[in-house]
Amino acid sequence: MFIKFAEMIGRAVKGPLEEVGRLMLLLFSVLRLSLKRPYDVRIVMKQMVEIGINSLPVVLITAVFTGMVLALQSYTGFKRFGAEGLVGSVVALSMTRELGPVLCALIVTGRAGAAMAAELGTMRVTEQIDALETLATNPVKYLVVPRFLSGLIMLPALVIVTDIIGIMGGYFVTVTLLGTSSTSYMNATWDFLEAEDIYNGLIKAAFFGAAFALISCYRGFYTTGGAEGVGKATIGAVVLSSMTILISDYFLSAWLF
Amino acid sequence: MIELAGIHKSFGSNHVLRGVDLKVKKGESVVVIGGSGSGKSVILKHIIGLLKPDSGKVFIDSTDLSGLDEDGLSNIRKKFGMLFQSAALFDSMRVWENVGFGLLRHSEMSNDEVREAASQKLRLVGLAGVEDLMPSELSGGMRKRVGLARAIAMEPEILLYDEPTTGLDPIMADVIDVLIVEMRERLNVTSIAITHDMKSAYKIADRIAMLYNGVIISEGTPDEIKNTADPVVRQFIEGNAEGPITLERI
Repeated sequence: MFIKFAEMIGRAVKGPLEEVGRLMLLLFSVLRLSLKRPYDVRIVMKQMVEIGINSLPVVLITAVFTGMVLALQSYTGFKRFGAEGLVGSVVALSMTRELGPVLCALIVTGRAGAAMAAELGTMRVTEQIDALETLATNPVKYLVVPRFLSGLIMLPALVIVTDIIGIMGGYFVTVTLLGTSSTSYMNATWDFLEAEDIYNGLIKAAFFGAAFALISCYRGFYTTGGAEGVGKATIGAVVLSSMTILISDYFLSAWLF
Repeated sequence: MIELAGIHKSFGSNHVLRGVDLKVKKGESVVVIGGSGSGKSVILKHIIGLLKPDSGKVFIDSTDLSGLDEDGLSNIRKKFGMLFQSAALFDSMRVWENVGFGLLRHSEMSNDEVREAASQKLRLVGLAGVEDLMPSELSGGMRKRVGLARAIAMEPEILLYDEPTTGLDPIMADVIDVLIVEMRERLNVTSIAITHDMKSAYKIADRIAMLYNGVIISEGTPDEIKNTADPVVRQFIEGNAEGPITLERI
């Protein structure tokens, strides 16, 4: 009875543990290969454009509406106890500490993470990754390293944009639509905002960027089973990345703030 | 020059290779025949180090592949060119970038020089004016030929062909066969092909080896294979449903 139970636990744990192990092995080879010459600067730039610049439209829309709804909701709530003056602080702190990094990471995962898994997965099942190896090119260095570095660099950059646009969205709702004075909104924004809020938000963003890129590449890189496998890899990449972002967000916040 | 010694390989519970021994001399053209799923591709992938044997050794010019680190393996691979079954062209790159990929990565040549070298290799396989097309714009036969041009771009000593004629019409299949023979004569390469297309095998091989049940069961010149008394080989080369090979085996 007890042995059967232990076996059951063993079986349930073995798969995920194996996966974490392989993910860590990939992380180590990515870190090692990013330092190794030659540096593929042009490929990194191309990926940075793909992840950063091409994600801008969705990120901007997400940021402005998040800022707007945040202002609207907190205004409605705060009005009940006469604290409308603090809306600017709520928007600024929420955007920089929490919503900027997390929402931006989730949106970019849905876009760029899915694309990474699908592209690498297709390359795997059509033997393009094998072809790279036969052409004496390390596929982890050529495919995974540039995507990993771009995620690590571009997500914080996008989060800076998200923070600014979100605060502007909040300004638009509070000042233009609800008629609070511009000075009091801006004062409320700056009064409680500290540099640490922004930095820590950006540290989180860098972690999320590295995590989603690594997980998405991992899922794509080890795809098996044809077109269906590519579909599964893409789903797996988005789900696992999103879960990792949301769960690690709590622990990073507890540790950083 | 190339030697496989006692290669065993399993995938899960599927014991695909059960002690494969094969020697290929310099400049020789060897064709490995065998049914679908018999492990022919697995043999090729062991020769170029894409797969590692569970036991047994692979020697390239008497270098043991299992003793090599990443850089060593990468250097050995510069001796190889490989044509994949579905060509495996990089679909995000133009034809000339595909053909010139190795040169762009491993030589000091400028883009213009690589492009010119790629054009020259493309002419060698009978293609002109396709340099700026994307792989998705090519027909199956053209893709194979671009794949071949990419395989010979770095002037390899050894060419590996994974089912070079599969999926092509009979005329295009013969065009590819003629090209394979030409490559050998012009570039003096050692070649190993795997196929189940017997017409192609007879045309390109100096020696044919048959893989069955995870081992090489028979080896010989095309004439010897044509006249073999081995019932398993006979059934395969004549393409009979009836015989010692049963469906679950191939």
